Amino acid sequence: MALFSSRKTRFVDSDILIIGGGFGGCGATYESRYWGRNLKIVLVEKANIERSGAVAHGLSAINCYMGMRWDENRPEDHVRYARNDLMGLVREDLVFDIARHVDATVHKFEEWGLPIMKNQETGRYLREGRWQIMIHGESYKPIIAEAARKSASEVYNRIMVTHLLLDKTRPDRVAGAVGFSVRDGNYYVFRAKAVIVAAGGASHIYKARSIGEGVGRTWYAPWSSASAYGLLIPVGVKMTQMENKIVLARFKDGYGPVGAWFLLLKAYATNAYGERYEEARFEEIKALVGKYAEQQPVPTCLRNHAMLEEIKAGRGPIYMQTQASLDSREKEEIGWEDFLDMTIGQAVVWASQNIDPKEKPSELITSEPYIMGSHATCSGAWASGPEDCAPADYQWGYNRMMSIDGLFGAGDTIGGSAHKFSSGSFTEGRIAGKSAVRYVTERSGERPEVDEAEIKRLEETIFMPLENYTVGRNEIVAGSVSPSYISPLQGLQRLEKIMDEYAGGISTFYTANEPMLRRGLELLSMLKEDLQKLGAEDLHQLQRAWELNHRVWTSESVTRHTLYRQETRWPGYYYRADYPKLDDVEWHVFTASRYDPKSGEWDMSKLPVHHIVD
Amino acid sequence: MPTFVYMTRCDGCGECVDICPSDIMHIDRTYRRAYNIEPNFCWECYSCVKACPQHAIDVRGYADFAPLGHSVRVLREEEKGMISWKIKYRDGRVKEFRFPIRTTPWGSIKPPADYTVPDAAGLGTALLAHEPEALEVDALPTLPLSRNNKV
Ligand SMILES: Cc1cc2nc3c(=O)[nH]c(=O)nc-3n(C[C@H](O)[C@H](O)[C@H](O)COP(=O)(O)OP(=O)(O)OC[C@H]3O[C@@H](n4cnc5c(N)ncnc54)[C@H](O)[C@@H]3O)c2cc1C
Ligand code: SF4
Ligand code: SF4
Repeated sequence: MALFSSRKTRFVDSDILIIGGGFGGCGATYESRYWGRNLKIVLVEKANIERSGAVAHGLSAINCYMGMRWDENRPEDHVRYARNDLMGLVREDLVFDIARHVDATVHKFEEWGLPIMKNQETGRYLREGRWQIMIHGESYKPIIAEAARKSASEVYNRIMVTHLLLDKTRPDRVAGAVGFSVRDGNYYVFRAKAVIVAAGGASHIYKARSIGEGVGRTWYAPWSSASAYGLLIPVGVKMTQMENKIVLARFKDGYGPVGAWFLLLKAYATNAYGERYEEARFEEIKALVGKYAEQQPVPTCLRNHAMLEEIKAGRGPIYMQTQASLDSREKEEIGWEDFLDMTIGQAVVWASQNIDPKEKPSELITSEPYIMGSHATCSGAWASGPEDCAPADYQWGYNRMMSIDGLFGAGDTIGGSAHKFSSGSFTEGRIAGKSAVRYVTERSGERPEVDEAEIKRLEETIFMPLENYTVGRNEIVAGSVSPSYISPLQGLQRLEKIMDEYAGGISTFYTANEPMLRRGLELLSMLKEDLQKLGAEDLHQLQRAWELNHRVWTSESVTRHTLYRQETRWPGYYYRADYPKLDDVEWHVFTASRYDPKSGEWDMSKLPVHHIVD
Repeated sequence: MPTFVYMTRCDGCGECVDICPSDIMHIDRTYRRAYNIEPNFCWECYSCVKACPQHAIDVRGYADFAPLGHSVRVLREEEKGMISWKIKYRDGRVKEFRFPIRTTPWGSIKPPADYTVPDAAGLGTALLAHEPEALEVDALPTLPLSRNNKV
């Protein structure tokens, strides 16, 4: 402890605390200031909001925009699209709510200075696909961050938030959060009347395809460390659809997105022999999932499924035929900007392997699974819906409030509502921000109390890995092998191996069954015990230790949900070999879980899917 | 090793340390210059490369799948609102691209508190800031509650 005896405890009080300054968090900060002029609004971020989160590079498209002013789409259309893509199961109230507000968000982005490409003929935004618009988005994140900085009372960068705090006398009410500064090691205690969690989804839950230096080049950012779920689950928040992991078909190794290539540039995928395999597999897919195979566009998971079957049949590599589509300088620029704006690593792969997409096709592959709530998937917290149009049992007072009073969320944090992407996550942040202001205003007399003993206990827990290392390191001469501690990386590798082998990762072609999942849970419970023995040699490693902790909690939840849903709902995302078909009679429902912090038990249940749009 | 730093160019200013979302650009205590402490947690996001005033940081593609001999260099000019790329292939071919990054001056975003204070009653409605005007349609869409709860 001597090394860290200079550690101070810093108390930060606020009305609204926002955890995570990505798209959800920046939206929440902006909107809470708009409605709460006199409130103290604090934004806390583990990196630097200028370039943090999934949009650190930038993006080349906004994937959720209705275009209501040009009659391009109505919010109901987007609900139908998201519902189809998720094989029938989305929170239609939440999807509708984002869709009806998202245009205003995008118009604001343009006013702030985000260059949005225009269709020369119509003057409208240039469509990539029905829902997507093209942007010159290298500075998307810095622009959003500028708006958030101008809205917050205070922004704290480089604070890793580790735990939520509950009220001393009311354990169903949030009271704040704790964490530590990755720079000076001080202990931070944030006390707040309302908390908005927007801490992003999860990569590195499952073993990545890459094996060395390249493991950081996952599709979702390596710093998307599951805090959105790892903060919630241990305090007993009700979660939903955690089994709904996402697998993405992407350019191989660089993980370059394929949307603009398929939709705008009209490139197409073939097997190694130039055959377009998707159509050929239609009947076979229909036998698995019934009517869902007939939906247009074909659900993301089913397209993955066709690709996987083709690879298993020995007809890989799968190729994106890019050559024919880059027939002008303009299209070549669009193709390259797509990556230079959001996945530079793909440009590096092409340059290094002498692949010019104008001349050669490029390999595609399915990624390792990720856990998130904002893409073509909807894992996350069970949240209250919009007051004016949510079904009664989806509504408990405040829009986007979770099952704990005063706790709100946005973006990857909130479950059930797929296809939000960047613009929808920011929009959901705005919805949560306004709700939190209303909550704080309506309960202006209420000030939650934090338990001093709990604060002390958490401080010891948080900094324990530093102590473990200091003590354990003295037992051994040198090196990374210790009998008394493991490093965060060693723990992460164990986690990824467990999830990969037992919970449907790449090495089993995303397949699991009940015995595998139960064995996985057994190994996860030992890993959870070993988390007490993580050794961190410095503050950076202490951050890695807590990222791992959040990933392990999330993984346990994912595994339990996967075990609970006895069907294969999303072939191409994962398979239950013991229940190989989609089963609408038993499983046209949301799965829900709640970890009870008192008993340590997990309660699994089904929640109804209401269709509020025809 | 994803990013690396040229010894002769880095002056230890710490901009890269400040920006890296992965917290892996650190200053070496002996050389007082920056380096990537955890290449396998680097996303090749180029945030540090773009932020380095000395252009001291470059990227060498991940060793496990990127053959040597390539480079992808960038110049981000904030004041001009432009970014330029130079891509050199392993076989020597070169491609160059230049794209806009922002259409308004940096720092020009109007803070939410500079708008007229919204009516207190607005807090109870479904409208968000600047709505319905910013939607550019007449009214915020809603769904009739009577259609609810259809399983
Ligand atoms: C390669 C790629 C391509 C994409 N393409 C598109 C596209 O073309 N169009 C589109 O619209 N969307 C796209 N997306 C999706 C979009 O980026 C996400 O939907 C969106 O960023 C989710 O917002 P969020 O706020 O939930 O998470 P994020 O934006 O990731 O924000 C989470 C924030 O929380 C912080 N944080 C995490 N843990 C903690 C902690 N413990 N303490 C404090 N802070 C913490 C993080 O540092 C981060 O700043 C893409 C994403 C990726 C990775
Ligand atoms: S920003 Fe550039 S000059 Fe400054 S420390 Fe980093 S590498 Fe060195
Ligand atoms: S490229 Fe990105 S992740 Fe890699 S060191 Fe630079 S800022 Fe960090």
